[in-house]
Amino acid sequence: MTAAVETGLTTTIHGDRVSLLRVLGPAHVWALGVGIVLVGEFTGWNFSADKGGALAALIVCWIVGLLYTSVAMIDSEVTSTVAAAGGQYAQAKHIVGPLMAFNVALFLVFAYTMLEVSDAILLGDTIVAKAGVEGLTHNSFIAATIVVLAWLNYRGVLMTLNVNFVITAIAYVSIVILFFSVSPWTQGAVLKLNELVTPGNALPYGWIGVIAAFQFGIWYYLGIEGTTQAAEEVRSPARSLPYGTMAGMITLLIAAAMTWYVCASMMPWEYLGITYYPLWDAGKLSGSPLLENLLFIATLLSALASANGCINDAARAWFSLGRDRYLPSWFSAVHPKYRTPYRSILFLLPIALAFAFIADLNQAITFSILSGVLQYTFMSINIMMFRKKWPLGSIRRGYTHPFHPLPAIVLFCLCMVTFFAIFLGFGSQLIAMTVFYFLISLWFHFYRYKFVRRGDQFSMPWPKPQGY
Amino acid sequence: MARYTPPQQSKAGQIFDIAVVVVAIFVALWLPLKLGLAGAAKSIDPLDAKTWDALGQNATMASIWEKLGYTPETAHDVIQNHFHYIIDWPTLIIMAIVLIAYFVFLFRASDKEYREVINEKFDDK
Repeated sequence: MTAAVETGLTTTIHGDRVSLLRVLGPAHVWALGVGIVLVGEFTGWNFSADKGGALAALIVCWIVGLLYTSVAMIDSEVTSTVAAAGGQYAQAKHIVGPLMAFNVALFLVFAYTMLEVSDAILLGDTIVAKAGVEGLTHNSFIAATIVVLAWLNYRGVLMTLNVNFVITAIAYVSIVILFFSVSPWTQGAVLKLNELVTPGNALPYGWIGVIAAFQFGIWYYLGIEGTTQAAEEVRSPARSLPYGTMAGMITLLIAAAMTWYVCASMMPWEYLGITYYPLWDAGKLSGSPLLENLLFIATLLSALASANGCINDAARAWFSLGRDRYLPSWFSAVHPKYRTPYRSILFLLPIALAFAFIADLNQAITFSILSGVLQYTFMSINIMMFRKKWPLGSIRRGYTHPFHPLPAIVLFCLCMVTFFAIFLGFGSQLIAMTVFYFLISLWFHFYRYKFVRRGDQFSMPWPKPQGY
Repeated sequence: MARYTPPQQSKAGQIFDIAVVVVAIFVALWLPLKLGLAGAAKSIDPLDAKTWDALGQNATMASIWEKLGYTPETAHDVIQNHFHYIIDWPTLIIMAIVLIAYFVFLFRASDKEYREVINEKFDDK
């Protein structure tokens, strides 16, 4: 039997410090990022049609794609330089300060846990809808999904992301198959875009609807930045993280464009805006049982892949908080055999379960988006501070993103637009969430911070930042 | 600069802090649901005549609705359920103030903490 002793920072076995394992490559980074996000094509993005119409959903697909390209570029530069578990949390700790790091970790945990909840609800609802059995509820499917995936994450990161790679690839291929099966080069046979998106209904709310649609446009790509959570577990962070993240972003842009084209050409925008299964519905409306069943299975797989990646990412952010004593160090234990942050995984499990049963899909998605946009706002300011404190040439960067500061400015402006979009329909939720972050920040700054070892918060071998 | 030695936190203190965080998470996520603050601000604009034509649906749209299992009566509440984008200026101003105040506090308090980190880290060398 292994005798394990836990210290504040790591777990020690027979005098050896146990850390997370460096076993992942670029394909795993791609699987983590795309796996988390791809479910957004299967549900969620289409609510942007509800807020602004079918054309608004396409416009935000492109513009929000620009936002996320900026996120991926910025993130690749900072993460290839600050390679530590926690991703943006570790970045904030080294560039802005402990309180910001604490908040960023909470953004990550909330965004991913609520995304995991959304995935589990989607999976449960999809099975119930397919079964068509009266009285059957989604509760048991939700519980089974969350518990089984938590167990998988508990058992090891390599197996978790190998599974993610396979199921994400199957779900992605299903979108490509659907696209080519409905003759995308011919209008009128299966696709009827001209008759469904007309000058009269393309933008039913006008341009204010386009701005409002930004809220759910985020869902096309939300979570791609999660690739950075694997920074401490990839073999070559400087190469794998930028490569995996940018490849993931390209993959998603293609999937988003195909998804919009097929769905907007097959169902009226009013229905598209409320359905939980736009791609599965497209499969049904194609008249092909094969496509219908393929898209049903792909919807389930995309939800599984996303929830799986979310558990992985949320647990690592929580683990990092414990390791730095921003939260009780009890959370920082690494499993002596499986080398996973098992206590963080287990702690977040009942929270996800509880919200899966009290929130509905739309609300869980909104909670997740809110935390995501707060985080992107931080990222746009963070990269400016990073370049100012350590100008190019002062430290070794794994990747340097081009056109600085343009991506940061674009990202910041689009975040402001998205805040306004959330205000249009979900303003009270935004205020409530921000008040929460404000109060918990006061708790950290005036109470919890006293348990933090100051000098240990800066672990990179960099020179002193300029201006300090 | 003297190296800061944080106090050792007792087990009871750790459990208390975990409880505070759990309660805060539940309040933040559950309270908006309980108070009805969560969810979209939509309402139905009812129509007297419930026909595909009155609902603004052409023949292609109507055939798809029917394929999906809807009739004009059952589709009415879906089609006529609209967002009403009226900018509520007081709420918008409150939202802007809360967001700006939050970020200003976040960056200023973080900077204060960061200076302590940097001083301790680099004064040790």
